[in-house]
Amino acid sequence: MADLEELYREIILDHYRSPRNRGELTDEAALRAEGFNPLCGDEILVTLHVDGDVVTDIKISGQGCSISQSSASLMSAAVKGKPVAEVRKTIETFKTLMTVHEAQLEDSGDAPEPEPVDLRSLGELAALQGVVKFPMRIKCATLGWNTLTQALDDASL
Amino acid sequence: MSTTAPLDVLAVRRDFPLLSRESHGRRISYLDSAASSLPPHQVVAAMDSYYETTHANVHRGVYETAEEATRLFESARTTIGRFLGAPDPAREIVFTRNTTESINLLARTWGEQHLGEGDAVVLSLMEHHANIVPWQMLAERTGVELRFLGLDEDLRLDLSDLDELLDGAKLVSITAMSNVLGTVNPIHDLAEAAHRAGALIHVDGAQAALHLPHDVAELGIDFLSLSGHKMLGPTGIGILWGRAELLADLPPFLGGGGMILDVRTDRFLPAPAPQRFEAGTPPIAEAVGLAEAVRYIEALGVDAIHAHESALTTYALDRLTSTFDDGITIYGPPAGDGRGGVISFELEGVHAHDVAQILDSVGVCVRPGHHCAKPLMRHLGVAAAARASFGPYSGHDDVDALVAGLEQATTLFL
Repeated sequence: MADLEELYREIILDHYRSPRNRGELTDEAALRAEGFNPLCGDEILVTLHVDGDVVTDIKISGQGCSISQSSASLMSAAVKGKPVAEVRKTIETFKTLMTVHEAQLEDSGDAPEPEPVDLRSLGELAALQGVVKFPMRIKCATLGWNTLTQALDDASL
Repeated sequence: MSTTAPLDVLAVRRDFPLLSRESHGRRISYLDSAASSLPPHQVVAAMDSYYETTHANVHRGVYETAEEATRLFESARTTIGRFLGAPDPAREIVFTRNTTESINLLARTWGEQHLGEGDAVVLSLMEHHANIVPWQMLAERTGVELRFLGLDEDLRLDLSDLDELLDGAKLVSITAMSNVLGTVNPIHDLAEAAHRAGALIHVDGAQAALHLPHDVAELGIDFLSLSGHKMLGPTGIGILWGRAELLADLPPFLGGGGMILDVRTDRFLPAPAPQRFEAGTPPIAEAVGLAEAVRYIEALGVDAIHAHESALTTYALDRLTSTFDDGITIYGPPAGDGRGGVISFELEGVHAHDVAQILDSVGVCVRPGHHCAKPLMRHLGVAAAARASFGPYSGHDDVDALVAGLEQATTLFL
């Protein structure tokens, strides 16, 4: 049960119940990518505006489990208003978090964060740490992130 | 199938060592028999004994153990055939890897020989992908048309347009019981209707073999596919049964050793059925294990298993609806006749994947997802459902653990 509580932290349940940046940007300028998890049927649509080199808006739609939906919601909050380079870095950090060995998890919480903004966003994202103990759910947690990566890659950003 | 006494679940459980282990510190409640049933220790012991005392390749050696292995393998064919009511097991029981391979075999041999443009195969919306994709692959190669029987409000087959769908059809291929809905289909009636229309009928019996009477002669069917691991047997073995005169005319499936009478540099002469369809070394130990599983099922009695699971299904449906009321959506017909021990559901506010994760933490094994039946899930309008399914070792305590776990899930996600 301890592991389960770590998986379903309150912040994750909050983002699942009240997802941030929910919806779809339908104009032609919007970048878009769809992601699927064929194993469990989760699907996600990421649409975003990049103005200059800043992600000015991002919307998430689709359906899936609490982990895939809350992770995408947390992601949208973390990247909105950020320069693309910083978004790329956040994606990288998050994916590292998802692959990090269990034993290393203890340390990552205490690691010094470079900037206040990163501290806040990574702090929230760190709520997804518990997922690592449930290997089958890592794909759920990374679905939105891989889809965002796809959208940026498609636009060569 | 003679029925003896009602099942004594606690006694049955003693035959299934896996059920005495714990999962996350709790008694394990294995509610995923529709995905794979557990093997009783008799099955494991039979396979162990075979490997430790007898193993040799079949149909070749003249030494004592090779003769014994061949005899065990062929008597497994007879045991399984008798269990299915096959009139001539030695010619009608084909060993495959699983139901999926059985259906692919049928599509690739009978299908390619008999079906082309202008012909039709009738399937249903509740089929497992194993009984859809091989026919779609055949349709791509041959142009045969695929037609789908729909479902009524109770999620049973809608037979109102059966005659139209059968017009011009050469085959009906349909599941005996849905692996998502638990719906038990009227195979006997469908067989009669198919034959009246000049079509043959193949039955996907993967979900039915352990739980429902399935005498092929009584059902009046032409082909039947089964998986060993869904009927208390091992993985890696399946059955295709076909009427002897139908199998006799089919071309080979896979080529290689064991399926030929003669080979020259420019041609080969295939062996008669069923060896014609069994290229390569067959699953010998698995056949021994499956025959033991069949004897085990016969000792319990298919009717007794069916009665036990029916009563348990009724209890589970009652408990789920009385506990969660409108907070749960159950996909399947109401309890009673024509309703097998498979319960797929959505818990309001909790995704199926989360439901399964939380249930796992209290030792309850259920399956989330689309259950390899995406056309059905699209019809239902759900991306993922959780599924609990029963076997002869499932009891009221398993259902109670399920309901308690679901209550935890709703509390957590409230």
